Amino acid sequence: MLMGLKRLFAFLTISAIAPGLFAQETAQKAEEGAERWGVNMTQGVTEVSRTTYDLHMLIFWICVAIGIVVFGVMFYSMWRHRKSKGYKAAQFHESTFVELVWTIIPTLILVGMAVPATKTLYDIYDTKEADLDIMITGYQWKWKYDYLGSDVSFFSNLSTPRAQIDNQLPKNDHYLLEVDEPLVVPVNKKIRFLITANDVIHAWWVPDLAVKKDAIPGFVNESWTRIDEPGIYRGQCAELCGKDHGFMPIVVKAVPEDEYHSWLSDRAEQAARIKELTNKTFTFDELYERGEKIYASTCAACHQPNGQGVPGAFPAIAGSKVATGPMDGHLNMVVNGSSKNPAMQAFGAQLSEVDIAAVITYQRNAFGNNMGDTVQPIDILNFKNN
Amino acid sequence: MAWSDNAKTTAKLLTLAVSMLGFALFVMPPLYDAFCEITGLNGKTGERYEAVPAAVDRERLVKVQFVATNNENMPWEFRPGTVEMRVHPGEPADTVFIARNPSGREMIAQAIPSLAPSKAAEYFHKTECFCFNQQTLAAGESAELGLRFIVDPDLPRGVNTITLSYTLFDVTERMAKQTNNKKADAPLTERESKREG
Amino acid sequence: MAHGPKPGITRWLYTTNHKDIGSMYLWFSFAMFLLGGCMALVIRAELFQPGLQIVQPEFFNQMTTMHGLIMVFGAVMPAFVGLANWMVPMMIGAPDMALPRMNNWSFWILPFAFAMLASTLFMEGGAPNFGWTFYAPLSTEYAPPSVTFFIFSIHIMGASSIMGAINIVATILNMRAPGMTLMKMPLFVWTWLITAYLLIAVMPVLAGVVTMMLMDIHFGTSFFSAAGGGDPVLFQHVFWFFGHPEVYIMILPAFGIVSAIIPTFARKPLFGYSSMVYATASIAFLSFIVWAHHMFTVGMPVAGELFFMYATMLIAVPTGVKVFNWVSTMFRGSMTFETPMLFAIAFVILFTLGGFSGLMLAIAPADFQYHDTYFVVAHFHYVLVPGAIFSITAGVYYWLPKWTGNMYNETMGKVHFWLAFIGLNVTFFPMHFVGLAGMPRRIPDYALQFADFNQIASMGAFLFGAAQLVFLFNVLRTVRGGNKATDEVWENPQGLEWTVPSPAPYHTFSTPPAVR
Repeated sequence: MLMGLKRLFAFLTISAIAPGLFAQETAQKAEEGAERWGVNMTQGVTEVSRTTYDLHMLIFWICVAIGIVVFGVMFYSMWRHRKSKGYKAAQFHESTFVELVWTIIPTLILVGMAVPATKTLYDIYDTKEADLDIMITGYQWKWKYDYLGSDVSFFSNLSTPRAQIDNQLPKNDHYLLEVDEPLVVPVNKKIRFLITANDVIHAWWVPDLAVKKDAIPGFVNESWTRIDEPGIYRGQCAELCGKDHGFMPIVVKAVPEDEYHSWLSDRAEQAARIKELTNKTFTFDELYERGEKIYASTCAACHQPNGQGVPGAFPAIAGSKVATGPMDGHLNMVVNGSSKNPAMQAFGAQLSEVDIAAVITYQRNAFGNNMGDTVQPIDILNFKNN
Repeated sequence: MAWSDNAKTTAKLLTLAVSMLGFALFVMPPLYDAFCEITGLNGKTGERYEAVPAAVDRERLVKVQFVATNNENMPWEFRPGTVEMRVHPGEPADTVFIARNPSGREMIAQAIPSLAPSKAAEYFHKTECFCFNQQTLAAGESAELGLRFIVDPDLPRGVNTITLSYTLFDVTERMAKQTNNKKADAPLTERESKREG
Repeated sequence: MAHGPKPGITRWLYTTNHKDIGSMYLWFSFAMFLLGGCMALVIRAELFQPGLQIVQPEFFNQMTTMHGLIMVFGAVMPAFVGLANWMVPMMIGAPDMALPRMNNWSFWILPFAFAMLASTLFMEGGAPNFGWTFYAPLSTEYAPPSVTFFIFSIHIMGASSIMGAINIVATILNMRAPGMTLMKMPLFVWTWLITAYLLIAVMPVLAGVVTMMLMDIHFGTSFFSAAGGGDPVLFQHVFWFFGHPEVYIMILPAFGIVSAIIPTFARKPLFGYSSMVYATASIAFLSFIVWAHHMFTVGMPVAGELFFMYATMLIAVPTGVKVFNWVSTMFRGSMTFETPMLFAIAFVILFTLGGFSGLMLAIAPADFQYHDTYFVVAHFHYVLVPGAIFSITAGVYYWLPKWTGNMYNETMGKVHFWLAFIGLNVTFFPMHFVGLAGMPRRIPDYALQFADFNQIASMGAFLFGAAQLVFLFNVLRTVRGGNKATDEVWENPQGLEWTVPSPAPYHTFSTPPAVR
């Protein structure tokens, strides 16, 4: 009785997977890959991702075939060769011939798998001239993109509000897979990624592009893609990189080439405008308001949204010696980072002067820190140059 | 007393265990470095290269890109003087990286080169490079850091773009720590240690 | 030599008896299994729904790290050493282990190592949070202060394993009864002999890599920091040079256990004994040249990727031979399905499934999509839970009557099996799906499309956890009493351990048995 059940269960598992995978093949579509009950690898939107998918399915079906033969024999003998059925045990226990057969046949099957795998690998390692080079730098816990040969360079942070993570608000469709600034790239162009990291090892992974490469501090890794269709492709960091490893998504927005060029020149202008703002004098309210946003995207991960920090790991901002002490000490901490705790990074190179001024003003006046003082972007610039 | 079988076996196995520990600690790191050098793993480039006169391949132009990254908590401003240049293989070329120490204290930096694609690493020779030494800048000081290199004429045909990246690390504290350790090992007089620093 | 055990606690503290030490290893590993299991349940509870409900990411990372470390070094490895202590001397007709005092020591340093590791949970900055693979620089420059305690506890565990392994090799090579030639040894002894050599070869490498970390953290060296001329990738190479053989350390003894159980309940000799021995040895050899398949995305030259891909695929051949041999042993046998046999059959099926996903992972270009996703988590849990845990459970049910002299409760054993079997598949099968659909591993919160399968997996995990309580109850009950077992216990089982009375006397084979 029990054996019957067991047999049934095992057959059900095997036969249940196969059709499920087929159904998924048709269901998977480029942009809104966020379908529930997804059970298979995406085919993606590049030649490499499709080849990878085909390779994956090929090996999968070979495994299924081997499984059917091996488990078939096994279940047959479990059904037929039972003591309860009065079956008498044979006593054979050796045969060099069959041992040879089941050494040679699997080896041949493996060779059959290795041939397409090798070919795909060589395609992936292609180093021909690229149309566009993008430097990707992993930070704890965000990505930085530099468009080489232009002034465009920006950070890409998780944009899902903290309240959604803490279950105080309903979750967006792209919960944890949305960023403030996506990586914008043109379609049908060979894009070369140079991948490195600023602190610990990260890995840049977008399933639809079939690009996954480790970002290693001090060294540069290389990868490339050529996207076929415009769309938004989402991925995540794939190497454990500390506390917020699960909260540093990647969003790639592939657009037609002319749209890409106008975006790029917009971005360059914007960067110039930020530089101009550095010379402007802001009111307390302007700074505080801007600082609140910067705090949420840049500081709250460690120091917590309420400024209380995490005891033993990340100090509180509320009532802290730095945030309620002399302005220079606060500037130094934010601009140059902490010499004691590597988790406190040097934000001087990461944030604009305006943003640093705003976030410092905010920290000194929020969470019950009533310092009442402000700092202007130009002060930050002077501090940096001093 | 003759050794029993068990004592002999134990001694042999312990020797194996200790030699594997030695293998991990003293053989694997240099072996890995040698391996990196041969294969260009991680885009590591070699040590100082003694230039040998070679025929310049005027037919071919290779694009060399320069990228600068600061490792965490490195407040220096650090950027390539030229973002990109085109060179003939076999021809020496010069460029500079520009660094400035905006902090209020003297700092020591070490630049770590890495080359992409890594298979080009063994064909990229540096005859002079600021990365061969640590760089010390006083508070507010800036400097032009020189680099002279030759792309080997044997560079594989498929490679037309080489990206040379430098990551700048703050090693001020690391140096201080090492000096301290040395002090602990062999106590120096205060003057001597100052001279060393 | 008719003296029995000392009374009271000193029996356990000072014992040099292989059976006492074996029992202590087994109980210790079961305690660690429950502790590591509770951590897994914290992980699964947090992942039951998207959003952060129960724990914060810092603590979640500590849980994944500690779960891995405790299961690998605290549950699986000591359990196999415990079985070896109990069974190896009895299987080869030896009176005890070769080095009984060292045996005592290699067990008793373990509780201290794990007490130290567990105490990090209460330290400032929390327990290690960098994953059980502790990649630098996350585990060096960016580690919590408790990392030093972690390093020392790894040193102690390593010393314990090396001593245990030396003891096993010495016992097998020097203590066999006259006539017990190497090629007559039961496969469990053979697989353990090979495992012990693996342990002696790679545990020092683990000790080496944590020592380098210690130097980097406290003494200003830079093995793993680019700033001083080192390389974080070196860490991964050294770690996986240990790590891949380690994977086989956790599975080879399992092969031995299953090779003992299947012939007994098929009433038919093991098919292809010598090819099993050769297959085990070749798996052990191959384990030294495949390590970088854990690092396909780290950025290797294409030649390196190809070498490690081919070498890894090659492992499928000897592993396949083993599976085919087990199936052939069952074929035309006269099978019954007592609890040990159920676990052994589940082992063969589920381990083979894990082998299939392993083969898929070996294909480097496909691995770029699988790497560090839940597909990998599904893969190694399919090889380790049915592989190591099921085989240990099967071994315990198989030999428990010999150890205690009492039969366990068969119905309860079957209940345990089915709960564990269903729980395991419900937990780990959906992980293949979410992994392929793009869920990275080691994340405390996930995108909405992964929610359904995660919910199912979490329910399965609690079922699997509950099943272990049935096991605990059944074993305790058997230790205390129950139907008396015969000396043979099963129907005509092969092996010297069945020639001694049940329960096995405190001292067995004081005079060597005759081996046919």
